[in-house]
Amino acid sequence: MARLNTPAMLKINNITVGYGAITAVKGLTFEVREGEIVSLIGSNGAGKSTTLRTVSGLLKPKSGNIEFLGEKIDGIPGHEIVAKGICHSPEGRRIFPKMTVDENLGLGAYLRKDTAEISETREHVLELFPRLRERINQKAGTMSGGEQQMLAVGRALMGSPKLLILDEPSMGLAPVLVDLIFETIETIRKSGVTILLVEQNALAALRIADYAYVLESGHLKLEGDGSKLADDPAIAQAYLGG
Amino acid sequence: MTSVASGVARKKKFTLSAILIRISSLLIIGVAVYWLGLNLTKDPHQFAQVTINGLNNGLLYALIALGYTLVYGIIELINFAHGDLFMLTSVFSFAILTELFGAQGPSAKNYALLLLVLLMTMAFGAFLNVSIERLAYRRLRNAPKLAPLITAVGISFVLQWIGLRWVGSVPVNVNTVLPSGKYEIAGVEIAYKTFAIFLVTVPVLILLAYVVDKTKRGRAMRATAQDKDASRLMGIDVNQTITFTFAIAGAAAGTAGIMWAQTIGTVSYNLGFQLGLIAFTSAVLGGVGNLYGAVLGGLIIGLIQAYNDGLAIGPGQRWSQTMVFTILILLMVYRPGGLLGETAQEKV
Repeated sequence: MARLNTPAMLKINNITVGYGAITAVKGLTFEVREGEIVSLIGSNGAGKSTTLRTVSGLLKPKSGNIEFLGEKIDGIPGHEIVAKGICHSPEGRRIFPKMTVDENLGLGAYLRKDTAEISETREHVLELFPRLRERINQKAGTMSGGEQQMLAVGRALMGSPKLLILDEPSMGLAPVLVDLIFETIETIRKSGVTILLVEQNALAALRIADYAYVLESGHLKLEGDGSKLADDPAIAQAYLGG
Repeated sequence: MTSVASGVARKKKFTLSAILIRISSLLIIGVAVYWLGLNLTKDPHQFAQVTINGLNNGLLYALIALGYTLVYGIIELINFAHGDLFMLTSVFSFAILTELFGAQGPSAKNYALLLLVLLMTMAFGAFLNVSIERLAYRRLRNAPKLAPLITAVGISFVLQWIGLRWVGSVPVNVNTVLPSGKYEIAGVEIAYKTFAIFLVTVPVLILLAYVVDKTKRGRAMRATAQDKDASRLMGIDVNQTITFTFAIAGAAAGTAGIMWAQTIGTVSYNLGFQLGLIAFTSAVLGGVGNLYGAVLGGLIIGLIQAYNDGLAIGPGQRWSQTMVFTILILLMVYRPGGLLGETAQEKV
């Protein structure tokens, strides 16, 4: 698939992010256009999750800036960024284990006040993940890894995002579930949500992506259309395990 | 082969100790039930009387214990200053109701003033607790855990010093506005003061449970307690949620503070140490971090003290503290997570 000709939704301009003395992302620039699936790939420690956490306001960039729909959003606290329309399903799922599936989904819509539309979104999410409906009153921590992942994605969708950030949605899942998750990501995009995806399953991530960026030690190493990168033998060797 | 043998041996030893623990805990429970049963059959009226006294104190302990458990639940800090916060609220209620408003002795006007000052004391407790969090604990949110802990001990001394300056070093008698009479049901006397405690604390406890379990704010609190970053990603303002938690913990302490002053009838600067210790024990007994556990723990400790002090066949008041802490130690041996806590889930 190739890059869409839509206006940029998210623009990352030359950001540098670090934890204390360690710099995890150095001068990174990229953009996500409206309606796209954009994948960030790279090995462990390449700075992918750090980048996502910076977009969501959990981390502040040391330099550079981030624009979302033409508005500067770096330096705004995380809970205000959600209100702008960016919802983030974090690495490791991070669902609320002691709460029920229903309560978790409810928290996804924490900032919304449009009660009628919230139940519409909830219905939509439960259609997307029928398994969650079966488990609706179960404590989230007692579910399987795959179910928890569905909940994490569903919870992020409950915020009715313009941009959905998915960090490693297929991590630790059985192959059947991985396929299901990727199919669902495409379904979500068809419903009009723009997606920024980080995946260790690089080949699958490139296949569904319109455009992809390859990170290495915090730098942008390569970029290109998802399908082209997927077919590139050099990429295959370096990132896709041969 | 040797590894298999040692594995078997270890397994055997483990089951033996498990059986020992089971038997010894059943023995202890058996003795306790026998002791209570003996007293119940010997003098049922006295038993009922003592039970009511125990619940009376237990409800006050529960309100203070809630403050420990709420704060621990949300920022994993044992707030050692909480007992002294309770002390200051009791001093505050005395200063406003008894001294400023001059409300002494029962009258319709004084009951109305009591209600008014109850609200003021709750607000004072909330304000004080929120200020402490803003000024001291928030700055140490990302510091090693020992730093806020030591700070809490420091704040405890500061509050005690304020109390000392406010009411002096000698316990001050409070001329209560509550009537001193008793109501008699089937030979069991219930003081009007006890009714007052039930009337005030039970609704406050129910209100707190409602806020935490059913409201959006409460959900945000529980989410923040479980995972702060994930909560931020939901759009929850974590700082504001922590402030809110300190506010309701302070308000609960304020409720206990004014009711203590009005029913026990004294306030003193070092009240917080003693009551704080008991309330903290209640929170641990119930499973620290668990709201219902704190209430249950408070009631149980109130009852243990009352049974110990008041029953005809029993160790007597001199053993009150010993009894409470022995039971705490036993519980920690048999159920380290507390009565309603999760079983031994150490967070590192």
